Amino acid sequence: MRFRGRSRKDEAPPQDTVPPPPAAPPGATPPLLVIDALGRKCPIPIIMLAERIREIPVGQIIAVLADDPAAHTDIPAWCRMKSQEFVWEETLPQGGWGFHVRRSY
Amino acid sequence: MSGGYFDAASAEPLHPAGRSALISALDSAWADPARLYGAARSARLELDRARARVAAVLGVRADEVAFTTSGTQAAHLGILGSLRSRRRVGRHLVVSAVEHSSVLHAAEAHERDGGETTVVGVDETGRVDPAEFAAALRPDTALACLQSANHEVGTLQPVAEAAEACRAAKIPLLVDAAQSIGRTPVPDGWSLLTASAHKWGGPPGVGVLVVRKGTRWRSPMPDDEREGRRVPGFENVPAIVGAAAALEAFAADMSEEAARLSELVTMIRERVPATVPDVQVVGDPVRRLPHLVTFSCLYVEGEALLTELDRLGFAVSSGSSCTADTLRPSHVLEAMGVITHGNVRVSLPRGAEPSAVERFLAVLPDAVARLRAAAGVTGA
Repeated sequence: MRFRGRSRKDEAPPQDTVPPPPAAPPGATPPLLVIDALGRKCPIPIIMLAERIREIPVGQIIAVLADDPAAHTDIPAWCRMKSQEFVWEETLPQGGWGFHVRRSY
Repeated sequence: MSGGYFDAASAEPLHPAGRSALISALDSAWADPARLYGAARSARLELDRARARVAAVLGVRADEVAFTTSGTQAAHLGILGSLRSRRRVGRHLVVSAVEHSSVLHAAEAHERDGGETTVVGVDETGRVDPAEFAAALRPDTALACLQSANHEVGTLQPVAEAAEACRAAKIPLLVDAAQSIGRTPVPDGWSLLTASAHKWGGPPGVGVLVVRKGTRWRSPMPDDEREGRRVPGFENVPAIVGAAAALEAFAADMSEEAARLSELVTMIRERVPATVPDVQVVGDPVRRLPHLVTFSCLYVEGEALLTELDRLGFAVSSGSSCTADTLRPSHVLEAMGVITHGNVRVSLPRGAEPSAVERFLAVLPDAVARLRAAAGVTGA
């Protein structure tokens, strides 16, 4: 078990809890727009995603790069709330994740 | 325009009955209850009477009740003592993913000590699936832990079903009832129970550990004679007397007050999504604590919202992560898979005024809108 509770600020984000980096799903559409929210704390990555998803056409993919552990929960949860499609997530070699979201409307 | 105190889940204001019992016991029950002279016998008598009163409210025997220094200490002692007594059976522990940090930290200590823990997940409302909980039990399971109700989102857990599964497997069940004691009845069938007096309007510094007759338990601490050898250290008898008086009075009040608070919570649950855009009310809408509701506002920092509400006179709490000393979001919201930022927990104390709740609902939409505008949110 790992208590997914609070850790001290000086600790690195506990990346060991993240499932092994999934390969891009077969036939995954590459993102049309990549936004860099690395180093930004939630809710800023979500704000950036909500603002900029309007820049891509419906059906296209936007990727958000973020390393705040809260983004890990918040981006899929935002997609459910806003009826956007969470496609997949990648683990970045430099730390953090890339969250791929398809604009559905 | 005045505000309101809406953080009963952190600390319920001292109940008047608890306050007067505490003050009179400071004069009458300060002596060492373990000694043999008159003042000591008075303290012992008051301690035993307090134990009997708490036992009566909980529906257990007085000698099953031990007083600790906090709910956290009760959880630590309950879990580690139960695990220790059942080492021959095995070293496997089952907990839900949304337990209080005291339970999860005890589980971590158990793992550092070579034990094994299975964490049972929850659904989007924060509720454990009883079948999944039962399936986590194994022949080498020494203990299972399930809270009566979640402290962050108010969802009631299926304690009766979990207790039934544990009984069938002959595994003790520890119920952390800190949030529900005095407010909602705890289903029977558990083996150990923990609670905290300042959640029911008792003074701080008093917790309760109940170990039912026939339940194995062995202290994980160095030996001590106090509290039936269950809790080390000199008892805070005046605070315990205050806690017992508060529990009796609080539980009696709640037989009517709980329904009134629940209606106010229902009003908050309905009004907030209608007046604040992009908000999610989380937790089970029906199977919930009467006095507690949690919602998350998209695009807002939880801490900023708390600060703004404090400025307006309202005391609420948040499970959001963006506070000075924490990095990770609430493990409860994370386990539920719901938005973790912009989180506000409203928990109504006894006697919460409908007019104060109305004022809170009136100022909330503008407070959220101001913070969103300041963060540059243009309406997503």
